[in-house]
Amino acid sequence: METFIQQVVSGLATGGIYGSVALALVMIYQATDVVNFAQGEMAMFSTYLAWTLLQAGLPYWAAFFLTVAISFAGGLLIERVIVRPVEQAPVLTIVIVCIGLLVILNSVAGWIYSYIQKPFPSPFPQTPIHAGAIVFGAHDIGVIAVTLVVLAFLYVFFRYTTLGLAMRAAAQNPISSRLVGIRVGWMLALGWALAAAIGAVAGMMVAPIVFLDPTMMSGILIYAFASATLGGFTSPGGAVLGGLLVGVTENLVGTYVPFIGTELKLTVALAMILVVLVVKPSGLFGRVVVRRV
Amino acid sequence: MALLEVEHLEAQYGWTKVLHGVSFAVEDGGITTILGANGAGKTTTLRAVCGMLRTAGTVRFDGRRIDGKATEDIVRLGIAHAPEGRGTFVQLTVEENLRLGAYGRRDLRDLARDYDRVYQLFPVLAQRRHQTAGTLSGGEQQMLAVARALMLRPRLLLLDEPSLGLAPLVVREIFRVVRTINREERVSVLLVEQNAAMALSLADHAYLVETGRVVMSGAAADLRRDDAVRRSYLGY
Ligand SMILES: Nc1ncnc2c1ncn2[C@@H]1O[C@H](COP(=O)(O)OP(=O)(O)O)[C@@H](O)[C@H]1O
Ligand SMILES: [Mg+2]
Repeated sequence: METFIQQVVSGLATGGIYGSVALALVMIYQATDVVNFAQGEMAMFSTYLAWTLLQAGLPYWAAFFLTVAISFAGGLLIERVIVRPVEQAPVLTIVIVCIGLLVILNSVAGWIYSYIQKPFPSPFPQTPIHAGAIVFGAHDIGVIAVTLVVLAFLYVFFRYTTLGLAMRAAAQNPISSRLVGIRVGWMLALGWALAAAIGAVAGMMVAPIVFLDPTMMSGILIYAFASATLGGFTSPGGAVLGGLLVGVTENLVGTYVPFIGTELKLTVALAMILVVLVVKPSGLFGRVVVRRV
Repeated sequence: MALLEVEHLEAQYGWTKVLHGVSFAVEDGGITTILGANGAGKTTTLRAVCGMLRTAGTVRFDGRRIDGKATEDIVRLGIAHAPEGRGTFVQLTVEENLRLGAYGRRDLRDLARDYDRVYQLFPVLAQRRHQTAGTLSGGEQQMLAVARALMLRPRLLLLDEPSLGLAPLVVREIFRVVRTINREERVSVLLVEQNAAMALSLADHAYLVETGRVVMSGAAADLRRDDAVRRSYLGY
């Protein structure tokens, strides 16, 4: 029983990270119908930025918030400079631009920082937390808390602010949005900025677990795809729940199904994508989108 | 003085030209209607005024050129557009739709009073304020489109066939509101319609458009008495 609870909690921690990245994917997808394949590499790059700031001697949380702010600006810049020129182009063109961005960010990170893994600090205590006979990793609990704070912030932003409302409107109905005076282009850019900022948080939270290297987010991105697919790609809440579900399932299957272990965990995620796509293509929480052609 | 002055407006979709030099004006405080059959170019005209299409010709609002400006900027000058198809944000609530209507406004004081005002004009929207707008009936969505446009506190209201597909009773209610806001708040109106009888009874000035050209214009009362108009547009 103790093992079970421990595995669920640590699954919620990694699941929260998958869910955050999935949320970032869904945000861009809803606004532009494009899956941002560079999301993982953007997060990786942000994490290196945090590492640089920490090396320069900044206290952890100062580096954390500065990284989030710079990533936000970086996301805005990427949309304005790289994505905007192909905004009207076919989806495939935009996907290729995203993949190009992925390759560039990956190479540049490797070039600046080398491909050698670096340890990345956790802001949370090293000592485990004991609750009766159950032992929790402090980092896991911390990650869950950080994820909840991010989600609460986003919820309040989208639900209760005029800017958040305008972003939702621009994603749903760009033509009507222009007719009420919303600058739709900037709303898309803001979506990229938020996605980059969320990715930065996810990167900094996962780096202490997987270590920092230019490919550290590629596995996470696949889990995030699984989460978003599970949640239905059209539902932000679904993406987060999908993430938690993937995280917990992955841990439990790894623990209780002997032949899977840690090596085959990624397969579990891929299997989940496949099952969802076959059984319920719109995802567990997604709406069926009827497209007029 | 004319609030909106359009001269030699031309517009095209791809290679097909659909407006061939349309000229018209909306007097400050007046109601102008553009009548025409399906496909005459009425919607295109409104889109062109709002900068949703590339055009040739000049569009002046309050004496200043607005052709070539971005839609968002034109809206912010106080031109609200209740578009063809109603433009409802179907996944958002009625109240969120209204809040978006006020998005392009500089002065957000009295926002609460403006909600009250449109709810008073369209009481059914008040009952549905927390409902998803996509669940409203066609008539309610048309009311919402007008209400959303009014939330901008516009100087000029563009209405694209508000009567389309609606029961006569609902149409009358919407036209009553348009008359009210024109009289009480001095909002100028450009109304595009196929329903010539209703439009001519509301408007003070009318233009007749056929295949992208103005073929007749004058005081609404005169057009209503014109034999040709009566035969082809009023059906008696
Ligand atoms: N998006 C479009 N693409 C191509 N042609 C269009 C488009 N919209 C309208 N048209 C054409 O332009 C002409 C004028 O259309 P429209 O302005 O919608 O007329 P109305 O509103 O008077 O019914 C019609 O011949 C129509 O087929
Ligand atoms: Mg039309």
